[in-house]
Amino acid sequence: MSSAIAVKGGRLIDPANGVDGEHDLYIDADGFVAGIGQAPAGFVAERTIDATGLVVCPGLVDLRARLREPGLEHKATLESELKAAVAGGITTLCCPPDTRPVIDTPAMAQMIQSRAWRFGYAFVHPLGALTRDLEGKQLTDMEALDEAGCVAFTNALAPVIDTLVMRRAMEYAATFDLVVFLHSEDPWLRANGCCHEGEVAARLGLPAIPEAAETVAVARDLALIDQTGVRAHFCGLSTARAVEMIAEAQRRGLPVTADVTAHHLHLTEDDIGDFNTQCHVQPPLRSRRDREALRRGLVGGVIGAICSDHQPHEPDAKLAPFSESEPGISGLETLLPLTLRLVHEGLLTLPEAIALLTHKPADILGLESGRLNVGATADVCIFDPAERWRLTEDRLVSRGHNTPFLGAEFQGRVRYTLVGGRLVYEADVPAGG
Amino acid sequence: MTQLQFDENGKLKHFLTIEGLSRRTILQILDTAKSFISVGQREIKKVPLLRGRTVVNLFFEASTRTRTTFEIAAKRLSADVINLNIATSSTNKGETLLDTVRNLEAMHTDLFVVRHNRSGAAHLIAAHVPPHVHIINAGDGSHAHPTQAMLDMFTIREHKGDFEPLKVAIVGDILHSRVARSQIHALRTLGVAEIRVVAPRTLLPTGVESLGVVPYYDMRAGLEGVDVVMMLRLQRERMTGALIPSPQEYFNLYGLTPDKLRYAKPDAIVLHPGPMNRGLEIDSAVADGPQSVILPQVTNGIAVRMAIMALILGGSADNARGRRAEDAA
Repeated sequence: MSSAIAVKGGRLIDPANGVDGEHDLYIDADGFVAGIGQAPAGFVAERTIDATGLVVCPGLVDLRARLREPGLEHKATLESELKAAVAGGITTLCCPPDTRPVIDTPAMAQMIQSRAWRFGYAFVHPLGALTRDLEGKQLTDMEALDEAGCVAFTNALAPVIDTLVMRRAMEYAATFDLVVFLHSEDPWLRANGCCHEGEVAARLGLPAIPEAAETVAVARDLALIDQTGVRAHFCGLSTARAVEMIAEAQRRGLPVTADVTAHHLHLTEDDIGDFNTQCHVQPPLRSRRDREALRRGLVGGVIGAICSDHQPHEPDAKLAPFSESEPGISGLETLLPLTLRLVHEGLLTLPEAIALLTHKPADILGLESGRLNVGATADVCIFDPAERWRLTEDRLVSRGHNTPFLGAEFQGRVRYTLVGGRLVYEADVPAGG
Repeated sequence: MTQLQFDENGKLKHFLTIEGLSRRTILQILDTAKSFISVGQREIKKVPLLRGRTVVNLFFEASTRTRTTFEIAAKRLSADVINLNIATSSTNKGETLLDTVRNLEAMHTDLFVVRHNRSGAAHLIAAHVPPHVHIINAGDGSHAHPTQAMLDMFTIREHKGDFEPLKVAIVGDILHSRVARSQIHALRTLGVAEIRVVAPRTLLPTGVESLGVVPYYDMRAGLEGVDVVMMLRLQRERMTGALIPSPQEYFNLYGLTPDKLRYAKPDAIVLHPGPMNRGLEIDSAVADGPQSVILPQVTNGIAVRMAIMALILGGSADNARGRRAEDAA
């Protein structure tokens, strides 16, 4: 049980409801939005947050964040990463099934949710495994996993090599109107590659992943979606051509959506420089041309969400020759700042940027989160859009300090995060402090 | 690009890659190497430049020629040399690599000569050793083999003098070749007229033109009028990866035979970093023929590696030459 909270004087941006203006937000003791602009009759605030000069928006919805528990607790834990999530303004996140053991049973799905619930930070929705143990051979009990709270099904980064298995998985998911998340990458073309096949790989002599590794797999998956009619979501597009292919499929009316990671919107292969393992990600950072196409895809609506693709690592995971280092970026706490950077660069308006982090990803999942109408769960992110700050290791809440953005300057910092009407995060130092 | 190999005063601290070196530095190394050639011709083949210094040859990948020439080079400079051949596998993790180096550095090593099968290994080590420890890259994955490229430049200079008018063809498995990448950077910095790479497309990296070279798929056209032919070794394991159809087809199309060599200038020289696959990338008639400078390359490799060690460990190359002159006096 929380206490009634009034958030006063802020700029309320709720893109799902077309709201953008100075409106106070009233949250009742049950954790729901009780009033906007005007307090409901008899409302008594037990706490008032002065949001003057701040932006008040729905809590962010992150389509992919690895929490590393269970199985990889030397990298991070549910508790550490959920704290990091709310420090980044994220109140709902999806946890991919590549934990150890894999989320391929209802018990695993329930265990993760109940443990997350106990910590009480962000809401965690598991993504169920598409095939048992992610081996690409046998389907999981998708209907039971759906009952147990899985919001979508995916084989995560493990490829489903057998096309027939993929077809069956999609057909089965379509039977129950379940959403399938796809990481489309051809494992043969990927081979042992670790970076984009382009100028940087040519210069550094690194095993490379061609553009076709993505396009060949997207083409296969689109053909199967076309035939099965499954609702499908493409995760983390990296190439210009894949964006075109998805756009074309959407024009034909296929039920497909796509997301992009915040880092692919900012970094390119050039950022690898001289073997910077913090830029080792999967799919790889590609050319400038690809990055521009991803940005256009976002503006044009082909890409419907920005996610963190959070992958926290212990320091040793990156202290290796580039190809042997583990891929991934610790991204929960840079999701909002990197998206705001797109606003500063003139690519998106602030409400557009917030939509891509809130109700749009929620819509992909079929969740009601990401909006702040009266009666909605009061998941709220309150940030100072003007504060400039520098990302340093001691500022990171996540156990994973693996980010190429250490030392980077950002504008816009989370000040308060509310989950179900409870204040779960409050920045220690106010602006300029 | 690579700032890691210079100290705060711009002095060369590590020797990791040719990329980023100035023309002046490259020529300085070649000049110093020239002055060291005579050391190998003396009865007592030693100068006291690195007396009391400890050099560790840290080889995570098998090598005979490179390791031996580094060892001889260090010994001729009077350093104490330790050779470590550490069997490695693809499952060997970087933690082990850095831990290995940390353990050895605790024994007060001054210089590590490192060879590793992963691109970037030497950079990784250089980024994590204390300031007084130096690293020479003796080959990292497919990335760089800068001392090999330097000895190739030395050999070309001995035979051709100026670099500017030269047309050079590099032939073979460019995709996987650390030697080719370092040669390309060196030749570009030295300002040669033209660099060609000759190979089937399966053995050329995508975007190879961005390295400043012109690709040729036909070897005769690629050798037409060149002054220098630099052959690369074709690793036997490339036969299995669908990169080339067969050794016969490769030899027919890209093996250096007397017939194909006739397309180059009559006085063109032929280099090969060794070990050679006779009958695969090079015909014995060429390897042992009058245009081959393959054996002098090996001899020059010692002087060039002495020059690089002296430059990195013993202060500036001028200083190194000075101390050597004092010793000779």
